Amino acid sequence: MGKTLFDKIWDKHVVETINNGPSVLYIDRHFIHEVTSPQAFKGIEQRGVSLFRPKQTIATADHNVPTLNQHLPIKDELSRMQVEQLIENCEKHGVELYGLGHPYQGIVHVIGPELGITQPGMTIVCGDSHTSTHGAFGTIAFGIGTSEVEMVFASQCVLQTKPKTMRINIEGALQKGVVSKDIILYIIAKISSSGATGYFVEYAGTTIRSLSMEARMTICNMSIEMGARGGMIAPDETCFEYIKGRAFAPKGTAWNDSINEWSQLYSDSDAIFDSEININAADIQPMITYGTNPGLGIAINGNIPITDNIADEGERNNIIKALQYMGLESGASLLGMPVQHIFIGSCTNSRIEDLREVAALVKGKKKNSSVHVMIVPGSQQVAKQVHAEGLDQIFAEAGFQVRQAGCSACLGMNEDKIPAGEYCISTSNRNFEGRQGAGARTLLASPLTAAAAAITGVVTDIRALI
Amino acid sequence: MKALQKIHSRFVPLPMENIDTDQIIPARFLKATTREGFGKNLFRDWRYINNDESMPKKDFALNQPQYTGEILVAGKNFGCGSSREHAAWSLLDYGFNAVVSSFFADIFKNNALNNGVLPVTVSDNFLQEIFQQGNESTLTINVEAQTITIDTTGASSHFEINPYKKTCLLNGYDDIDFLLSKKELISEFEKSTKE
Ligand code: SF4
Repeated sequence: MGKTLFDKIWDKHVVETINNGPSVLYIDRHFIHEVTSPQAFKGIEQRGVSLFRPKQTIATADHNVPTLNQHLPIKDELSRMQVEQLIENCEKHGVELYGLGHPYQGIVHVIGPELGITQPGMTIVCGDSHTSTHGAFGTIAFGIGTSEVEMVFASQCVLQTKPKTMRINIEGALQKGVVSKDIILYIIAKISSSGATGYFVEYAGTTIRSLSMEARMTICNMSIEMGARGGMIAPDETCFEYIKGRAFAPKGTAWNDSINEWSQLYSDSDAIFDSEININAADIQPMITYGTNPGLGIAINGNIPITDNIADEGERNNIIKALQYMGLESGASLLGMPVQHIFIGSCTNSRIEDLREVAALVKGKKKNSSVHVMIVPGSQQVAKQVHAEGLDQIFAEAGFQVRQAGCSACLGMNEDKIPAGEYCISTSNRNFEGRQGAGARTLLASPLTAAAAAITGVVTDIRALI
Repeated sequence: MKALQKIHSRFVPLPMENIDTDQIIPARFLKATTREGFGKNLFRDWRYINNDESMPKKDFALNQPQYTGEILVAGKNFGCGSSREHAAWSLLDYGFNAVVSSFFADIFKNNALNNGVLPVTVSDNFLQEIFQQGNESTLTINVEAQTITIDTTGASSHFEINPYKKTCLLNGYDDIDFLLSKKELISEFEKSTKE
């Protein structure tokens, strides 16, 4: 029987399998950031051990950092302490840090790929659930907790039980105005926020093959939002082209060797998945969420479900509670609803292509006077590119505020928060209660849909503008 | 990690589905650099009106004196969302040693086990049966036997736990000690893969 892509990479990284227990899985690359690493550093220090393979860990500061005046000391004392602790820990333990002020600084899942650190066939972990992003390169990449960060520090391994495998096949051409964010929001709405729990997902099919690497990253990024351990896509020419020439990409003969190796990374035609889902790309419309988990999404021109018609009691109560929090009505349409904030950023949609798409749509237009629009590039390099391409000019003319790189309003750990009760169309990945600030109401959507609302001030079907 | 063999306690019911880790411990409380002290912010935004400790929300279970104990019982898909281990730390710090639900998110389950908080997965029906018990009733969780019993009715259910994790829990071992003992093997593995 053939092997799945997942099996091929997994098998190569198992050091040992404990009888009736998890496997000792070797980790090629470990990313860390200021929020989930301090306790792990403290842990190994208390045990009196040093980092086993410090060169395989790369650090950045992203979750807490301000997105204005990054050259000044961080005002919030606790945030500053966490960032300083990271600097101190990295120095002490010999870990490469791309901290504030470094040209490579940025959201951990944006910088790994853009620097060419993320490469096909690798195992990658980070104390952050959206580590699944790196799966777009044909890697086994998944989020871990702080105890597991400590395990990697101590041994370059984690203990993992092998997940089941699921393949999601998406075939055909996308409708106009539909982008990769809509694909993943559609999938999650279809299978629910727990529909892939226990599985590692491979995305396949002609639609996926036709997407750029950045679009693929958006899809893999949100795998965790349906409960999956991670998501992956077999590497191909598009992937190799993207990696070529990046700072840490293999060079010279090593490049050719890598290509040969990477070309073996696909699921064999007779490989069997524990679960398989087929999706017709033509069925996907621009999507938006109305509730407080990413699975509560609808087509932009659709209606919120009528709660009385939901048979399952748990699910019904869940949606009633979500609608209460969101201040929305059962059965209503969201089109035309005023919003107060637009957030374009996060590890889901803050890469240069996302910002180019937004710029192309808003060029020569102005934002509606009733909305605040915040654009937060995913990394210093993306910010630099935005400037080099003159996109910052377009955004400034439209009345959008462009900030500095970081996680920002995706989780509101810095001062970028949405006020209680107000609506924000966000290109991020989570609409949980209070995620963007206590009481904030988040509607997840694509950068195009967010940009459309920035112009009109209301929830808008992007297809009406193009 | 301390050993965990048996829990006999009353329980706190939270019959809501999809409780995500942002609710268990909101992001603004993740700025600490130690593992202690998260309990006071557990379910912070569900516990207080306008984040004000002097204004507890009366209808939230943690604020109702009739509910107490070391066991939290919650609706399905508990712990979804962010991988923050702070969620497990805040439950432990508050005094919960076990969470009972009909379904747990993966990362949360690992994080809980790595901190000696036992995730107990039961059927939807058994979960409903627990929710229907009065606040005086107690539950008994036996790790060795892998059973959870509603003491008032005697109804009992078996739960799954990975045998390796079970040994760790019963003895208070942790994965890091185990991995540290494997360093030589790991070094050999590295050599063998570097052709
Ligand atoms: S952008 Fe948001 S989801 Fe991504 S790593 Fe930062 S906080 Fe997490």
